[in-house]
Amino acid sequence: MILQSSYHIFVKEFISEFRTRYALNALLMFVVTTLSINLFSIGHDSPTQEILSGTLWIVIFFSAMSGLSRTFVAEEERGTSLTLRLLTDSTSVYTGKLIYNFILIFVLSIIIAIAYLLLIKEFSVKTYSIFWLTIILGSAGLASASTILAAIIAKANTKGTLFPVLAFPILLPLLLTCINATKLSVDGAFFSEAIKEFQILISFAIVMVTTSLLVFDFVWKD
Amino acid sequence: MKTWLKIAVSIWITGIIIAGISFPMVRVPETWWQFPLIPGLEEKARNIIFHVPISWATVVAFVMSMIYGVLYLRKKDIDYDLRSVSSAGLGLLLCVLATLTGAIWAKFNWGSFWNWDPRQTSIFILLLIYGAYFVLRSAIDEEERRATLSSVYSILAGVTVPFFIFVMPRIMSGLHPGSLGDEQGNLPVLEFKMATNMLIVFFASLIGFTLLYFWMYSLKIRTMRIERQIQHETEIN
Repeated sequence: MILQSSYHIFVKEFISEFRTRYALNALLMFVVTTLSINLFSIGHDSPTQEILSGTLWIVIFFSAMSGLSRTFVAEEERGTSLTLRLLTDSTSVYTGKLIYNFILIFVLSIIIAIAYLLLIKEFSVKTYSIFWLTIILGSAGLASASTILAAIIAKANTKGTLFPVLAFPILLPLLLTCINATKLSVDGAFFSEAIKEFQILISFAIVMVTTSLLVFDFVWKD
Repeated sequence: MKTWLKIAVSIWITGIIIAGISFPMVRVPETWWQFPLIPGLEEKARNIIFHVPISWATVVAFVMSMIYGVLYLRKKDIDYDLRSVSSAGLGLLLCVLATLTGAIWAKFNWGSFWNWDPRQTSIFILLLIYGAYFVLRSAIDEEERRATLSSVYSILAGVTVPFFIFVMPRIMSGLHPGSLGDEQGNLPVLEFKMATNMLIVFFASLIGFTLLYFWMYSLKIRTMRIERQIQHETEIN
């Protein structure tokens, strides 16, 4: 029952996004802008791999922030949140939106990562298994924390600017671990050396999803 | 808080401050009022009596704020929200104090005010969390909605704290005891290798600052309640 309605919420998100393609276009432009700023600032210098793996996650973090903040705001603006509240329970709304956000961020991070690998020649990944697993788990963590924060933001008065402020302290353990794991993949570490990082990333996502499921009801029904 | 308890806490804290600052540090302690001189730390070791208990009180304030947040969500009684925000306000003050005492200690022991050691990073994040909490509160006008959303945020922030306290110091190298690469071992809290009399003053200080927090908290919650009452009365008139 919950699975089915979550799936329907997910499909609804997908369809309403493809009707306007607002978030998708805005996100792609955002990625292009931040990447070109990176490229301009690098110029002919050759920055270290550590700095480059840091900036990769800066690009992913801010693109995710600009894309995910609209998840629930659109619902409030269109006035559809009341209908949703009548039709289905809060758990399926949360799960549907979470899956949609995860896929959005996942696709986005893959685009950013590929563009990064192609455009910046100093950035060469040696252990691809660590790199891609970090991207997957990192986007799972980003999506899990930002879905509930987007729900909080939608109820506040200032909707736009608050989101990164609220998200940054909560996402910092995730970002630091992601940067660490990316450094390992660039340094050519073995897969087994990054196990610790993956454990942190997995537990972060699990903790966030579990807590969100417990408290989402209060935010949604408020 | 009872009056006798307030007097007791005042005397207690005064005693700790006197003991912490004035007890001489000698190479070979002979009487109960002499602290041993630790090589590398010397007189700077006195800060442990103030810095660590303040950081501890910060965590107590944070946890109390989170617990009252949970209670608000369960009971929907606005008084719990007042308690939660009072505790968070005190937590912010204590957090700033812990950061400052820590930064001064870092300057004289490690050479610079800020080193991005894992514990320094965590206290910085705690400051950011408090900042975000109060920004979120100021962005919502409606009292009940503000209480609900800020409670949810403090819970979300609360569940990430274990990552900072237990996880980050394990994977990042740092300067505090208990960090990765520390020969004393990878323990979340430092192993107590202090001299007995110093340990007694240290624990007395922990208790003293915790009681001081509760005293300040009881004052704060009472003013918060009165402020809310006045606000309501002016709105009616």
